[in-house]
Amino acid sequence: MKTFAIGGVHPPENKLAEKQAIEALPLPRTVAIPLSQHLGAPAVPVVAKGDKVQTGQLIAKGEAFISANIHASVSGSVAKIDSIIDASGYRKKAVIINVEGDEWVEGIDRDETLIKDISMDAEEIIKRIHDHGIVGLGGATFPSHVKLKVPKGKTAEYLIINGVECEPCLTSDHRLMLEKGEELMVGISIQMKALGVDKAIIGVENNKPDAISHLKKLSSSWDGISVEALEVKYPQGAEKQLIKAVIGREVPSGKLPIEVGCVVHNVGTAFAVYEAVQKNKPLIERVVTVSGSSLKKPSNWMVRIGTPVQELIDAAGGLPEDTGKVVNGGPMMGKALNDLNAPVAKGTSGILLFTNAETPRPPLQNCMRCAKCLTVCPMGLEPYLLAILADKQRPDDCEEERIMDCMECGSCHYICPSGRPLLDQVRVGKNMTGKMIRERSN
Amino acid sequence: MSLLTVSGSPHYHAGQSVSKIMYGVIFSLIPAMLVSFYFFGLAAILVTLTAVVSCMLFEFLIQKYLIRGPVTVFDGSAIITGILLAFNVPANLPLGLMVIGSAVAIGMGKMTFGGLGKNPFNPALVGRIFLLISFPVQMTTWPKPIPWNTSLTDVITGPTPLAVIKEGVDQGAKVSELLPQVPGYTELLVGSMGGSVGEVSAIALILGGVYMLARRIISWHIPVSFLASAAVFAAIFWQINPEAYADPLFHMLAGGMMLGAIYMATDYSTSPMAPRGMIIFGIGCGLLTMIIRLFGAYPEGVAFSILIMNAFVPLINRAFKPKRFGEEIKNG
Repeated sequence: MKTFAIGGVHPPENKLAEKQAIEALPLPRTVAIPLSQHLGAPAVPVVAKGDKVQTGQLIAKGEAFISANIHASVSGSVAKIDSIIDASGYRKKAVIINVEGDEWVEGIDRDETLIKDISMDAEEIIKRIHDHGIVGLGGATFPSHVKLKVPKGKTAEYLIINGVECEPCLTSDHRLMLEKGEELMVGISIQMKALGVDKAIIGVENNKPDAISHLKKLSSSWDGISVEALEVKYPQGAEKQLIKAVIGREVPSGKLPIEVGCVVHNVGTAFAVYEAVQKNKPLIERVVTVSGSSLKKPSNWMVRIGTPVQELIDAAGGLPEDTGKVVNGGPMMGKALNDLNAPVAKGTSGILLFTNAETPRPPLQNCMRCAKCLTVCPMGLEPYLLAILADKQRPDDCEEERIMDCMECGSCHYICPSGRPLLDQVRVGKNMTGKMIRERSN
Repeated sequence: MSLLTVSGSPHYHAGQSVSKIMYGVIFSLIPAMLVSFYFFGLAAILVTLTAVVSCMLFEFLIQKYLIRGPVTVFDGSAIITGILLAFNVPANLPLGLMVIGSAVAIGMGKMTFGGLGKNPFNPALVGRIFLLISFPVQMTTWPKPIPWNTSLTDVITGPTPLAVIKEGVDQGAKVSELLPQVPGYTELLVGSMGGSVGEVSAIALILGGVYMLARRIISWHIPVSFLASAAVFAAIFWQINPEAYADPLFHMLAGGMMLGAIYMATDYSTSPMAPRGMIIFGIGCGLLTMIIRLFGAYPEGVAFSILIMNAFVPLINRAFKPKRFGEEIKNG
């Protein structure tokens, strides 16, 4: 079975919610829709306080080249445009809407019937994806229309669909693959058409055999789409690792997947593309996993963007007494929340509740040079060395040692027997090095 | 509601710790320990106990009263240094010398540099070489193996198999005439030969090595490259003149080859970090060991070769980086 070549770890999977079908979360009373929930420039609001908005209505425009449109996820009136604490823990501008009913913008097809025929051409597809604010739903939230426009001089050969879900605990992609398989096939075909490729490969880790067999059965009647079962290993869902695992190509340092003829999209994104193109529906909701060992009901929900995390936790049985940490995303790369009123955003794949014992910060001991961090680094870096160089504030040496190749998967930090906060130190180093590189190019 | 912890990712930890790894190493040393207790009796037990207790004591004293920092005597690393130091000396070494050796190993070999993970040279070998140079007679008086010997005085001493061959060849004898004077391969494998406390039983050391490999405490790179390069070197000279040089299997099983390759050279802080560097280091150790054994003044060269290669580790770490992702662009 295929997997990526170097490094990787095997954290406990803890996929508690994998058998729970996706349910629709009841509408909250207010939503806070951040203007910056994608990679790139924040969107510019086109509504003002007091405006009535309908579900699916454009409320902020992504004007920069790398940015994304944002739509109202509910109907009601705009209470204010203010800064709120979002899931990153920082104060960010958001449109706050008081929910009144659920009036949808006309022209959005809310019917569940599958539409297989793709009537649009590539240009129209990309425009629709751009208009409807689709971003990568795997977590990086890179605007999808940018990825679908192949730069001049490059050719796309493969569309690789990321159904790996290598983060422990998360099950939202898994459920989507099981429940929306046919829509996924259409979504993938739409993306293939936009890119002009004739081969799409869905990579799924082997801990989801039901999804693999389901998608294999469906894909047999779709031209060019195949499914690749992958050996379970973290971080296989990382773009470069997935390409390596599926087709054996290595994206060069500092380059994008298109360099080796690939474009990678998450299964969630493919579903959002289906809804945007076939149903005219903007990205206003997504599947979110809520899980935790002492949570009453670990489950998967279709959640409107902007819904407070607290509502989601309440729907899953309420915050357990012993909760020590709430994480937005997976346990390996997710962000710890400091405020449970933070809204669900386009990049929120899961809300995980941990006890303090489950998320230990072991006591700090001397680095004994066991080299485990080197062994597990999927980029072939030397985390122990980068940590030292960051500590000594030597960005030039950090760059030389390829610190910018680090994608912050956390494998080194996870494995370190001496309990050293390697990724924290590497982040500091990356910051410093990034600043140095930017100043140099100015 | 209680306060929420906020910290950077990752939020999981594998649950490994320094002491879990160290006690794993200690556990893997048990077979070799039992074999040496069997062949060298009470003397071996006393030497090992003395070394372990004094290593821990010196580490405690230095951390508590000289550095005035945290005391980490129970993380297991001082215990390993003690066991390995004892494994590298004759069983009938006077216990006072063992205490001195432990003080040098922990004090000079480890704590001077800042303790665990900071020392450039293998502490147990620093202790061993100090003792060998300072007390050459006591350090080269080897007891012959006597199963279940409980007497401390009732010992017969004699040269190690390596010394028999080396001195014999130097005096003009042929290897084929000397081999009958040394234990056969089976005895060498089991450990029924004269030598340091813990080096004698190749099979017990290999067993410990396999356990450490299975638990991923060590990787195969250093032991395999060490043994393979030594074997190839020995084989070449054996092919050239089998009457002047012993065969490679003999060199693998005699002396401290297995102890060195599996336990001494794989010491974390004194060996390279990246796989390619580990292989270079192992080859260096293997070749130097054989050069000393065949052409040097001492019959055994494992300890010297590892210490010499220890000195090259920073250079090796600089020159041999891990294979970076996206370094070689291979398409298709």
